Formats: sequence, C-alpha cells, structure tokens
Amino acid sequence: MVNLTINGKNVSASEGTTILDAAKQNGIYIPNLCYLEGVHKIGSCRLCVVEVEGAKNLQPSCMVSVREGMVVKTNTSRVRQARKILYELILSDHPQDCLNCERNQSCELQAMGQRLGVKEARFAGERSEGGHDVSPSITRDMSKCILCRRCLTVCNEIQQVGVLSAQQRGFKTVIGPAIGLPLNTVSCAYCGQCTLVCPVGALQETDAIQEVWQALNHPQKRTIVQTAPAIRAAIGEEFGLEPGTLVTGKLVTALKELGFDEVFDTNFAADLTIVEEGTELLSRLTKAFSGGEAALPMITSCSPGWIKYVEHFFPQELDHLSTCKSPHTMLGALAKSYYASKIETDPQDMYVVSVMPCTAKKFEISRPEMRNNNLPNVDAVLTTRELAKMIKEAGIDFCNLEDSRFDNPLGLSSGAADIFGVTGGVMEAALRTVYELVTGRELPFAKLHVTPIVGLEQIKTAEILIENTLEAYKFLEGVKVKIAVTSGLAGAKILLDQVAKGESPYHFIEVMACPGGCIGGGGQPRPTSSEIRQKRMNAIYREDEGKTLRKSHENEYIKQLYSEFLQEPNGHKSHELLHTHYTPRGKNNELMR
Amino acid sequence: MLDVKSSICSCEQETDEQKYTKLAELMKQYKNREGRLIQVLHMAQAIFGYLPLELQRYIAQSMEKPLSEVSGVVTFYSFFATQPRGKHVIRVCLGTACYVRGGKKIISRLQEMLGVEVGGTTKDGLFTFEVARCIGACGLAPAIMIDDVVYKQVNPDKLENILAKYK
Repeated sequence: MVNLTINGKNVSASEGTTILDAAKQNGIYIPNLCYLEGVHKIGSCRLCVVEVEGAKNLQPSCMVSVREGMVVKTNTSRVRQARKILYELILSDHPQDCLNCERNQSCELQAMGQRLGVKEARFAGERSEGGHDVSPSITRDMSKCILCRRCLTVCNEIQQVGVLSAQQRGFKTVIGPAIGLPLNTVSCAYCGQCTLVCPVGALQETDAIQEVWQALNHPQKRTIVQTAPAIRAAIGEEFGLEPGTLVTGKLVTALKELGFDEVFDTNFAADLTIVEEGTELLSRLTKAFSGGEAALPMITSCSPGWIKYVEHFFPQELDHLSTCKSPHTMLGALAKSYYASKIETDPQDMYVVSVMPCTAKKFEISRPEMRNNNLPNVDAVLTTRELAKMIKEAGIDFCNLEDSRFDNPLGLSSGAADIFGVTGGVMEAALRTVYELVTGRELPFAKLHVTPIVGLEQIKTAEILIENTLEAYKFLEGVKVKIAVTSGLAGAKILLDQVAKGESPYHFIEVMACPGGCIGGGGQPRPTSSEIRQKRMNAIYREDEGKTLRKSHENEYIKQLYSEFLQEPNGHKSHELLHTHYTPRGKNNELMR
Repeated sequence: MLDVKSSICSCEQETDEQKYTKLAELMKQYKNREGRLIQVLHMAQAIFGYLPLELQRYIAQSMEKPLSEVSGVVTFYSFFATQPRGKHVIRVCLGTACYVRGGKKIISRLQEMLGVEVGGTTKDGLFTFEVARCIGACGLAPAIMIDDVVYKQVNPDKLENILAKYK
C-alpha cells in the first residue's frame, strides 16, 4: 500500500493505482471526460489535472500513479481555472447546437461544462470540418468528435476489429476508417460498441425513429413490434430506474400506448431458435459420431455483429455457423406468413419493428437473405435508446405504467429464451433442451444453470458428459460434449483462430459480439459499465428463474406452431423461413465470391 | 533512410510484381522488430514512390495490422505520400526555427516559380512541392530538402540556382 494525502486527507491505495482512482476510492471526485473505467485511459482531454506537490506542471490524474508521500490537491483555484480553460478550448472546436443535438441532456461534454461551472466560451476560431458518414447501423458526425479516442480503444482492443483509428494529424485529425473511407466500405462489424462509449453526439445509431412513426401513423399498416430479451432489463435506466430493474410489463404497455397493433416477444423466436438450432446440432453430432463429415464445432448465429465479423475475418470458416437466422428475423418471417394467414392480412400491409439492444441488427434486416416472398422479414430496428426516445416523445409516463402481457401466439416464452440476452445464455438454453432430448432427463445443474458458463469472463468452457442416453442417441453414450462461450469479438478471434488451425477442441461454441452479451449491446442505454452489465445480467437470470416454463421445447405455442405450420424442426418450411446462408466478405470488404 | 533509398530505389525500371516481391522480402527481415511499421512504410515508399491505398492494404494484410492503423501512420507523417510524385520532391521546412527565419517567403517564391500550390506536382512531372514540419536542421534555418539533400540558409533568391541543378 502507498500512503499519500489528497486534499489534506491521509489516504492509502495499492501500488500502481492512479491518482484519479485513489481519489475515487476515498470519495473525492476528479472531473474527467476521456477516461473510461477499465477500458480507456490516455490523458487526452486533460480535464482530470491536479496539483502534485513538487511537480511544476499540473498532472493528469488518470495517467499518474500514486507514490509514497505524494501530496495531491484536486480543487485549488489553479486547478479549477485550468480545467475551465481546457474545457473552453474543447468547446472552441465543437458545434454549439446542443438544443437540437441527439445527445442533448445525455451528453457527457455538456454535463461536464455544468459541473465545472463554465459560464462562457471565450475562444472562437476555425472549426474542424469533420464529415458525416451514414451506414445502415452507425452514423458518424465527426464535427462533434472531441478526440477522446474511447471508440478507438473499444474498436481496436476490446473488439479487435480495428476499423477506427486516428487519421491525419493535429487540427485535421479525424477518428475513422482508413483514409476517410465510409464505414460501410470497410470491415466494420456494426457492433456499435463505439456508439456506447462516445461521450458526445459523434457516434450514434442510424435513426429509424422517423420511419417507425410514419408506419404507426399509416392507417392501412398493421404494425407489429417485438422486443429482445435484453431490453426489459435495461430500458428502465433511460427513465431513471436503477440498473437491473426488470420492466417487462411496463415495456409492453408502453408499446401498446405508442400504437402498435401487436406486441410480440422475440423470446418466442428464441425458443424456436433453440428447437431449430438444437436439432441442427444433434444432426451434426449424429453425422460426426457415426463416421460422417460435419462442420464442428457448430457456432451460434444469433448475433449479427458476430456474423458480420466472421464474414470479414474468417470467411473460410462460415460452414461452422448454425444456419439459423437470428431470433427477431425468424419472428418477422413468421409474422408475415404464419400470423398473417391467421389474421387474414396481406403481409404487404404489415410493418414489423424489432426493438433490439443492437446496432448490427439495423444492417442485418437489409441483407438480401433476410427476405421472404419479396418482403423484408423485419422492416425497422429500433435500439433500446431509440425506443426510450419515442416513449418520451409520446409523453408516456413510463415509470408509472401498469403491466401488460405480450400478445399471442408469438408472445409466450420460456426462461431459456430470457437468458438469450446474456453471454452463456444461448448455450445454456440449448443444453437444457438438447440434453433432455438425448437422455430423457433434465440437465443436471442446480436451477438448470450451467455454472461454468455463467458470468462476464471473456472465454468460458465446460464439458457435459452424456450418459444413459435414450435408444435413438446410443452413439452419444459416454461422449463428453465440449462447449465454449465467449462475448466480445476479441474472444471470438481467439476461438476462431483455433477453428481455422483445425485445433478447436469444442463441439459447440456460443459467440456474442458485445462484451457481456446483448445486455451490453451497442444499442443499450449509456453508460454501460461492468457493474451495470452485471446488474442487467442478474435481472435476466431473475426473469428466467421466475418462470415455471424454463425449457424452450416445452413452450406450448412452439408446439402449436410446428403442428399447425412448420411440421418439423429443420423441415422444408423451416429452411425456407428460418434458416439462412452467409456471405464471405473478406477483411477489406472485397466480397470473395 | 538515405542508404535504403539509394540501395533499393529503382522505381522506374521494375514491374509492379518485382516491386511487391522486393517489399515482401524486406518485410520478412523486419518481421519481429519493434516499431517496424514506419520502417516498412519508408521502404515501400522508396520502392513504389508513393503509398496508394492498394499498397497500404497489402502492407496491412502482410503485417496483420488493421488498415486503419497503417493509413493512420501514413496520413500522420507528412513524409508519406498517397499520390504519385514528381521526379524530385522539394520539402520546405516550416518548423519553428525555419518559420521565423523566413520559411514562408520560400514557399511563396516556389509557388510562383513552379506554378503549383503546396502538395502539387509540376506539369512536367519534375518537382513535387511539399511542406515539412521540422527536418531537424534548425541550426541551418531556413532549410529546404530536395530528395535527400538539405540546403541551408536558403533565401528566395538562391532558389533559381538550386533548382537548376535538377533540370
């Protein structure tokens, strides 16, 4: 431990702790803007400067480690004056259009000005040009960028996609893809983690709010909305509720009040995914263990950021991906076929909106593979943040809403579907079903949770021993099924490198593009820290455990769907509506046909 | 740098394929060296004359680095060019020392003489005209470089004679 004084108070901190962290641990807040706990410290904004006795210049507290006997002052008038000037300098190259900026009231720069007591902006001069770049998922307005480089760290280190970097230098510096290329021409996975950490309005999801309002106002459109599992554990934060507050019932009510005709649950399609993907896994295992050829490990395909990543970076490994579409596109496809015929409506008059924690899904719905009968499966994707904006715009008092239930037949779901929203969840949900199909017994874990794959670690692995199988699966007797789970694309790269070298020991791998899974998705409320991810994750597991229906294959409406419409898992109709294929894109988006 | 250029520059006689082979060989030698990207870019520019996007892609792929990082370095240093250049590159230093001792006057005279703006190449392809931020010759200010040769204490009236050597 190192002993020092901060503002006259004797404190101690472990060696290597920064002044900023040591102060925080002792209840002293040092203003900071570019710093992001556990992710990014670079000292570029300089707002966290403090006085250190013996040092001539002010020191950036996010970069300087504590030393024995150090005397730190965080709020002298010299420090406060310096921070104000630094802030005003940042402001001098930032548009002053706060009132009509998307980040108004949720902007870290704006909040910092208020916190620092800045009352004037004395420096006016040339503004950097920036440039505007709209991709299907992410919109970049570089005139608003304050060069904090959080996005760069997330893109290069956390996700290891590496499409964002500093281009040019000095006043002309732009954070973006190589030589100013637009995002849609490079190997961006569209995971949106950059939009999650951007402190200002420079990086955002591409807006779908206006088109959804138009559809809602259209007298002939039958508007259908569905929500992903991770929304119910996070959207409350946009209305001031504690992270981890479950608001499933209020969410449904709010969607009805917005005017949607049907409110379905993507969870229903998550259950369906388990039946389809579980069947696919079993058929691959059957082939592999009876002497045939099958692409193993099989890898999950629910996360479109992950899909786009693998198409760019491992285009030769696409046959390892499950052919299942992601749950919300499955639900869209069923709404415009199965449900359309039930309610005798022309699918052309239907408009399907998905509320997702995800920016990659905005791109996903534009893929030609995500169409059936010449109609897109899903017409628009709203992020959690966008839906919250619509609810506010409509004047709905979210926190005081009564609870409602999802509409059927595409609204009932098991607890297995809820956990699709967290890392390890799809794997656990699949195991709950597959293990039971093979052995006739329940998955042998307390509360059905496969504990080794629960949690926020980067890569989690487990082995499940298959014993006393049912007659039909005798070939799996004694097999140890090896599984791996990862979230965040850096982890995916590690597992895929093994696959590419032919060294992967696993049978089944789950990948989610965003750290923590969908609960930490690129479209989720800001901020999303490790602590908040953990709270949202706990909420998801609470939702699962609170249900009596815990396994996908026991969902009555899923059974009904098969008997009335799909006939059998992985059957002809399923393949037409619920399965897809992938596009080898290549690292430079060169489309390797 | 000087050595690299004189030993490997032969941009006018070689086919693209030969140039790429040469670059690949050099990259191998630099494989595990710290900070090798800048070295490789220097060599690539010496071989090809400039660093077009395709070449940056090739370097990124070979070195297993993101293209955005390679292009970030290329666009950061004014030494690197992404457009074809003239036979000779004139760099006028505008570092602090050269700036205060009249670097700007050299620039405006050169603009007149060459008929191109900073960053441009003369119509006959003889000269590319660039600005550098400190070439490390502050004691010789104001300085300019033509290719690898530094000219010291240049005043605008000396330029005619200097350029004549290259015509």
